[in-house]
Amino acid sequence: MSRFLRRQGWVAGLFVLFLALLVVTRLIQPGYGAADFGSLARAVLPYAFAVAAQTVVVLAGGIDLSVAAMMALTSVTAAALMAGASEEFALAVVPFVLALGFALGAMNGALIVVSRVPDIVVTLATLFMLQGAALLVLDAPGGGAAEWLKALIVGTVPIPGLPGAVTDWIPKALVVLVICLAVVWIPLRRSRLGLSLYAIGSSDLAAFRSGVPVARTKILAYALGGLFAAMGGLTLTMSTGIGAPIPGPYLLASVAAVVLGGVALGGGRGGLLGPIIAVFVLRLVRTDLTLLAVDPNVTTIIEGVIMVVVVMLGALVAMRGRTP
Amino acid sequence: MTDTATLDRPAPLGRRIRRFMSDQPLVPLIVLLVILVGVLEFLRPGIVNERWIANTVKFAIPLAMLAACQTMTMLTGGIDLSVSTVATMAAFFMAAQSVALDPVSAGAIALLPALLIGIANGIGVGVFRVHPLIMTLGTSLVGIGCLQVYQRTVIASGARVPDGLTWLGTGLTGGVPNALLLFIPVAAFVILMLRFTGFGRLLYAVGDNERAARLSGVQYWRVILALYVLSALIAGITGLLYLGLIRTPSLSLADPLMLPSVAAAVIGGTSIFGGRGGYAGTIVGALILTVLTTLLRLLQLPEGARLILFGAIVLLVTAAYLRLVDDR
Repeated sequence: MSRFLRRQGWVAGLFVLFLALLVVTRLIQPGYGAADFGSLARAVLPYAFAVAAQTVVVLAGGIDLSVAAMMALTSVTAAALMAGASEEFALAVVPFVLALGFALGAMNGALIVVSRVPDIVVTLATLFMLQGAALLVLDAPGGGAAEWLKALIVGTVPIPGLPGAVTDWIPKALVVLVICLAVVWIPLRRSRLGLSLYAIGSSDLAAFRSGVPVARTKILAYALGGLFAAMGGLTLTMSTGIGAPIPGPYLLASVAAVVLGGVALGGGRGGLLGPIIAVFVLRLVRTDLTLLAVDPNVTTIIEGVIMVVVVMLGALVAMRGRTP
Repeated sequence: MTDTATLDRPAPLGRRIRRFMSDQPLVPLIVLLVILVGVLEFLRPGIVNERWIANTVKFAIPLAMLAACQTMTMLTGGIDLSVSTVATMAAFFMAAQSVALDPVSAGAIALLPALLIGIANGIGVGVFRVHPLIMTLGTSLVGIGCLQVYQRTVIASGARVPDGLTWLGTGLTGGVPNALLLFIPVAAFVILMLRFTGFGRLLYAVGDNERAARLSGVQYWRVILALYVLSALIAGITGLLYLGLIRTPSLSLADPLMLPSVAAAVIGGTSIFGGRGGYAGTIVGALILTVLTTLLRLLQLPEGARLILFGAIVLLVTAAYLRLVDDR
């Protein structure tokens, strides 16, 4: 019970931090409004999906170093398929790319289960392989994206009955993010599979002895991670209109946000909400520093220091909790 | 009597080979290395000569030195992902400071950030018990930021690679790379330290069973602090050597060595969960990776296919090696 409270407390604290940062942003830049929030949501999208992918895998007791490479591969695949194709064709491209991500993620999981090599080494090897595959699909940034896909994350959602001042603060990108995550996460969390996921994360031996199919659950965890990464790859193509075969800075960011979001790296503890709020916090800090006209390179230093300090504090709190 | 009869009968060949391999984990690695060199010679007869060997060794040395950091940290169940940043920082500081200072004081200044990052890593992992992966990623992020800011200030004054480092990095003496002058003492130090000193034994103890080590009176945080400082210093020295080899300082100088350094340690038989492995295997692992890179380059495949093959082979070798050495 106390653990449950502590976990929810962490998420609530993060949310308060996020709101406080929004207020700070308003103070720094009185003009900061709905449009800026919309662009924040758009910038967060790929990070949020990378974090979701990492979260699922970490909860199951693994770690996925190939997440950024997977996003690069799915992004260039989508961009290469959509280049010069009709708008309707993109309707087929999206499910195909999602299925590709799911399958490649499942390959990650299957390799780990079959080879019995530690997760970190297997995903390190697949990082190279996926990056190579991305370069084979497109050897330079290029390709295209359907107009309706690009429009999907631009602008706001009008809701009848609500005044424009409120709906202005609901950017489409945020809605897309929430829907995509909820469609996968909520059924998962309530299903047997979700329970097994947490079970193998906290102790795979105990889970095995309680009759949880450890191998299958692990493969599915990585497959879901791949699915989220494919969504992230698609949003990359959607927001830039092209695909780039070079993995972005998403691996580091995803691991950082997972830890900031209160997910134990050993697995089995935490949820999806915390990491997603954490990634918003991290991006907003970046925005604030930019607004304060801080040198972007100094921003990198500050981000790193924040990450290290928060993680240290988190570890300290966890230590206090263990030894009362 | 029936007992002795069963004892006398030789064990099946497969089991005997397996037992031999787990006693001598270096043998299969060396066999693999020889096979790779054989394939290379078969594909391009005459390529394996003295010059080629010297070149391979020259490029394997920085990788093997960074992999030493990974080996030592992995023995305690950790990992050091800041090594490439530390190496790059050392190289960049060296090149920038050499314009005005003599090589020795420039080198001392260059190793200062390495020391600081090592201390930060050690305190984070040892005292605050942050996961090593996160801690070292975080400090390397801070390091990259500092480097970018520093680069701005030195862009006007230019950079210079000291002649001594060029001699050490690229020079050959009678066909033998000069870099061995640095590498052999470092390698001997790491191997002997791991095998014969109390500190080395503590690393294995902490990685094998941290609780047991703690209960036996090991001061966990001191061991970890010393380990990460040592790791960062070796990474910094590697950066200086690598600067002499590549001869153009850049902000991503040692980045391509980061993931291969982990791969080299893993291929060399060091367990990422701690407590098992050693540096000798890692050196062979680094040689294998270097030869493999040459081999893949020789096949003239596109960059993408080369990366795919590299990843697949690393995975295959690790899996096969694990199966061969111990059947859990």
